[in-house]
Formats: sequence, structure tokens, C-alpha cells
Amino acid sequence: MASTHKYTLPALPYAYDALEPYISHQIMTLHHDKHHQAYVNNLNAATASHVQALEKSDVQAQIALQQAIKFNGGGHINHSLFWANLAPASSPSAKTEAAPKLMDALAEKYGSYEKFQDEFNAVLLGLQGSGWGWLVKKKSGELDIVATKVHTFEAMIVMMREDANGLQDQDPVVGAQPVFGVDMWEHAYYIQYFNDKASYVTGIWNVINWEESERRFLEQVGQLKL
Amino acid sequence: MSFSRLAIRPIVAASGSRRLATSAVVVKHKLPDLPYDYAALEPSISAKIMELHHSKHHQTYVNSLNEAEEKYAAALHAGDVTAQIALQPALKFHGGGHLNHSLFWENLAPKSSGGGTPPGGALAKAIDATWGDYGAFKKVVNASLAGIQGSGWSWLVKDKETGQLQVITLPNQDPVTGKYVPLLGIDAWEHAYYLQYQNRKAEYFGAIWDVINWKAAEGRFKV
Repeated sequence: MASTHKYTLPALPYAYDALEPYISHQIMTLHHDKHHQAYVNNLNAATASHVQALEKSDVQAQIALQQAIKFNGGGHINHSLFWANLAPASSPSAKTEAAPKLMDALAEKYGSYEKFQDEFNAVLLGLQGSGWGWLVKKKSGELDIVATKVHTFEAMIVMMREDANGLQDQDPVVGAQPVFGVDMWEHAYYIQYFNDKASYVTGIWNVINWEESERRFLEQVGQLKL
Repeated sequence: MSFSRLAIRPIVAASGSRRLATSAVVVKHKLPDLPYDYAALEPSISAKIMELHHSKHHQTYVNSLNEAEEKYAAALHAGDVTAQIALQPALKFHGGGHLNHSLFWENLAPKSSGGGTPPGGALAKAIDATWGDYGAFKKVVNASLAGIQGSGWSWLVKDKETGQLQVITLPNQDPVTGKYVPLLGIDAWEHAYYLQYQNRKAEYFGAIWDVINWKAAEGRFKV
């Protein structure tokens, strides 16, 4: 049987308690060691099964595996991006000054950084169930805020959002560059904030890694190593 | 719900301040009382979870549903179809949340009130006929719960057309509708178990059977 790439859990680039008081030590430990690890394990199992299905030319089995690969692969991609786009609040990376070009682009697109935050917060709090909010750079170079349900960043299923005319926008964004993402699954905040997800959303702005976000915005990061 | 059931009249707030005449009111939904204490389902579900789940999460669905219905009634009154369509996700999400949780609380009972006692009567026979026995049925439900990717629910439903039982999963707060009658629902949102079980959701799915109120499901099966 052909061997397949083994995905591994990336180490956190800071200590488990480094994002306190905004994200607790306990959340980070569970989120990284248990949840992310489970996505990695399940992705490895699914890709190994896919190799077997390919060898047997079993198309049905390959299609049946798509959901598991999308879900667990998405979980691995999203969390890997997420850890890297967070930073301890006291670090220089967590200051908006670390992203001068991105800040200019946000001000141009949204009017001001504060207005961008308001809009981003509204998208995060408008998610119905588990999902993520992302700032992305589209192929056109334009910034956009998208919400993705479950773990489908690659597919970029953009949830219905009202535009200025009150219409629904379901156009999928394809091939966008993620600048930073915020996990809105309940496991990302529940043991610290309970049902008060607005406080989690308010707090997380203190630990966004603007240095990393600037690099992604300027497309200096290359492809995500998984 | 048909339009004729909505009572359209101008709102006069309790303070006496008048709102826009195009506003309309509908019958307000209320948070149902739990038929047992918050601690009554321990150790399967902790008092803290029950309190937050009922008094915070369910209350928010009720409040947001009332808000959405009020806006919807105004949009109906104004003949604004665009606004109606834009309100659909909120109505489905918060309306579903209210329906699902209302059914869920009734689906549960403390052991002292029969929680965990296996199903009886015609429903038990139907479960045995469909899955072999109660143990096999529970395995099917637990597998469906474990397979939910993100927030959602598993339901034991009766197909109105065929009378057959089925286990289905629905995402987010999508309620059981159409040809299915909900008999038993299990909430697999993380807020339903995380404080007590964290990532060990299989333990929650195992423990909840000790507090399932089959009498409620049997009553729904008969209708």
C-alpha cells in the first residue's frame, strides 16, 4: 500500500497561558491538545482510507470520504491558521502598528479600523451555530469579511449576509487569502465566557497577531505547512 | 403559521410612548418553566449546564424569535417581500431553537420521575421492530450524534406518511418539520455538555440515556 502524508499537530507558538486573560489556559490546552489533535488524527485516518480507495479504484468510497476529509482537513487548516494569527497581548505582534499596510487597506475599505471591528464583530455574533469569521484578501486584492460554517474554509461557503440593499449574498469566494480568523465554535470560549460570546469577541482583539496578519495580507507567507 | 393568525395592530409600549404605526405585534413566546429543578438531572447533566442552557440560551432564542416575528409581521403588513426573505434565517434559527429546546426539556426527566426507564408500549415495539432492540437503537442514535459536524441535534422521528421510525440529524437549530414528527431530541451543541464533559462528548451521549423521559416520546408517538 502506498504511504500517505502524515499530518501532525503544530506546536503552539506561545505558552498555553500566554493569551490570558482573553483566552484562558484551560481553553487553549483543550482546544490545542484535544480538539485540534482529534482533527489531525481523523484527517490521517481519512486520507489513509482514501489511499486504499484509490488503489481499489473505488469511486464510491472516495466520495463517501469527502465529508470527513473536508471537515477534519478544514479543522486542521483553520486551527493551524488560528494559532498563528494570535499573539500574547503584551507582544509587539499584537499591536496594530505591526500591520501598517493592512491598517491602511482596512481604513480605505471600511472607513476606519473601529468600523471594520464593528462589522467583523457583527459577522462573528451573527453566526448561527458553530463556524468561523475570517478577514480575507480576495483575488482582486479587495478585503472582505466572510463567515464559514463548520470547517469549510477551503470551500469558503459564505453565509448569507445582507448587503446595503438588504439582499442576500451567497456568492462563494474562491481562492481567497485568509488574513486572520476567529473561531466561533463554543469550545473556543464556553468554559470561560459561557453564553456571553460577545465578551469573547471583544476580548480577542487584544490578542490578534497583526504582524502575521500583515504578512498574510502582503502574501509573504507562502503556502500553509501542514 | 398563516398570516391571519397574526394580530396586526400598532404597538403602544408599556411606557406609553408610541411606536411607528406600521409596527405590528404577534403573540409573544415565553420561556417554558423546566418541569424539574436545574440539579435534577445530575450526574448526567450538571445543574450549571441546565441553568445556563435554560435561563440564558433558551431565553435568548425566545427573545430573538419574538423580535424576528415582530419584524416579520411588519414586513407582511408592508408587503415587503425582500424584508421577509431576509428575516427567514433568523426566524428559522431562533424559532427552531425555541421549538427544539421546548421539546428537549420534556424529553428529559430525573431518575426519580422515570428518567432512564426504557420505552414501553407501542413505541417500544416499534423500536424493536426497526432496530432489533433498545440497545441497538441507542447505538444508532449515539453514532448519529457522534457524526454531527458542528452544532446540531439528533432526533428520533416518526414518518407521518408511513408510520416508520427513523433517526435523523439536523444542523444548527433546524427544527423537525414536514413529514416527520419529533419524538425524542438530543442536543449536540457544545453548550449542552461542554462545561461538564469538555471534548469528551461520547461520555455525554452515554450518560444522557439515564435521564431520557420515554413517557414524553410515547405520548408524541401516539398522536
